[in-house]
Amino acid sequence: MFLSALLDIGTGYGIAALGAGLAALGAGVGIGRIGGDAVQAMARQPEATNDLRSNMILTAALVEGAAFFAMVVGLLVVLK
Amino acid sequence: MALKPLLRATFLLAGTLLLAPLFAQQEEPHEAPAAEAHAVAAAHDEHGTEGEAKKFDAGKLIMEHIADEHGWHIAGEGHGSIVLPLPVIIYDTQRGLSLFSSSRFDHGHAAYDGYKLEEGRIVAVDASGAIDEAATANIWDLSITKNVASLMLVMVILLVMFIGVARAYARRPGQAPKGLQSLMEPIILFVRDDVAKSAIGAHKYARFMPYLLTVFFLIFFANLLGLIPFIPGGANVTGNIAITLTLAMITFLIVTFNGNKHYWHHIFAMPGVPAWVLIILTPVEVLGMFLKPFVLMIRLFANITAGHIIALSFFSLIFVFGATSAAAGYGVSVVSLAFTVFMTFLELLVAFIQAYVFTFLSAMYIGAALEENHEHKESLV
Repeated sequence: MFLSALLDIGTGYGIAALGAGLAALGAGVGIGRIGGDAVQAMARQPEATNDLRSNMILTAALVEGAAFFAMVVGLLVVLK
Repeated sequence: MALKPLLRATFLLAGTLLLAPLFAQQEEPHEAPAAEAHAVAAAHDEHGTEGEAKKFDAGKLIMEHIADEHGWHIAGEGHGSIVLPLPVIIYDTQRGLSLFSSSRFDHGHAAYDGYKLEEGRIVAVDASGAIDEAATANIWDLSITKNVASLMLVMVILLVMFIGVARAYARRPGQAPKGLQSLMEPIILFVRDDVAKSAIGAHKYARFMPYLLTVFFLIFFANLLGLIPFIPGGANVTGNIAITLTLAMITFLIVTFNGNKHYWHHIFAMPGVPAWVLIILTPVEVLGMFLKPFVLMIRLFANITAGHIIALSFFSLIFVFGATSAAAGYGVSVVSLAFTVFMTFLELLVAFIQAYVFTFLSAMYIGAALEENHEHKESLV
């Protein structure tokens, strides 16, 4: 039943899902790099940790914003 | 010294809350088609399976839970569910104002006073009970919906907390904080030192503190209330695009009205750029002016809505698998509960981070509008 529900969907939905997946991939790479580099920077310079952390969160939020654009477009396709 | 901004913050909050329902209503027609289309599909489903065991529709359940409602759902489902009725306020351009409890609609099964609740939307009906589209166009639905009620609850919580804290500062000036004060002081100082001072500058930040504190605590508390799955919470306040639109609009207005000549100069004629580049750059900068609050709106809305959808999806999985066999349902419920607990902890973090990001970006935009020197700051979108 679960499988039939999966196969029961139109092409538009599939492509919307693919788009959402690609957006998540891009955001994942972006946030991963931000997090990795921030941790590295903190390890090199522990006294700058607080500054780095807030910048890390902020930049991650910006990357996420781009991903959410894609997600909203995907949602609009599905719910139109 | 800290007392005055706090009091002003609470009053600003009250103003914000008064504005929000207006925007919520104006936004409704845009949201309605999507909700309607979904509801129609769902209704189709329901008619097909009437009489036999109802088919579980995860999409419908999730959409119902993240959307706004005319009653505050407590327990049960369908006709027998327990719902806290909320006041329905309708302004009809033909018939004037009418005010009654949403329980009169009987979960959408009954018409009252010529109005009916159709898939979460109030429509006008004629004597035979058919929907009158022409009369529906005259309706301004100003009801206290679940989101508005939840927003008012946040307002009451903030007023009680902050008036108490502000009084404590007035009563015992210069002394160590006590009780609730000790909880709030680090957060207020965090907003002041790490958000306002660092983004706007040490000598201009004070004017914007009321707004920044208000927006921070409003989003933070609304997010936290949204994480509570039962009655005092459960509303998707900050995951409602009308509310994030209102907040982003206020930031946009503050930035626009506080922009100094350097700010406008940077937008319309970026210094040190050849004239032919300006033909491309100026439209981009003007677009950026509107894009910034737009992204602010989308980010908060999508983050919080996504959090609600994820929690609901994990719970829906139990029933999707339970439909195939009871054992699968029980098996999945363990995994899904563990994931939900994990996601809820993550959402606690998100509740804070999103409040912080919204406040910090607002402060950054305000800071960019006030900047005096020609030092270039990257424009963040």
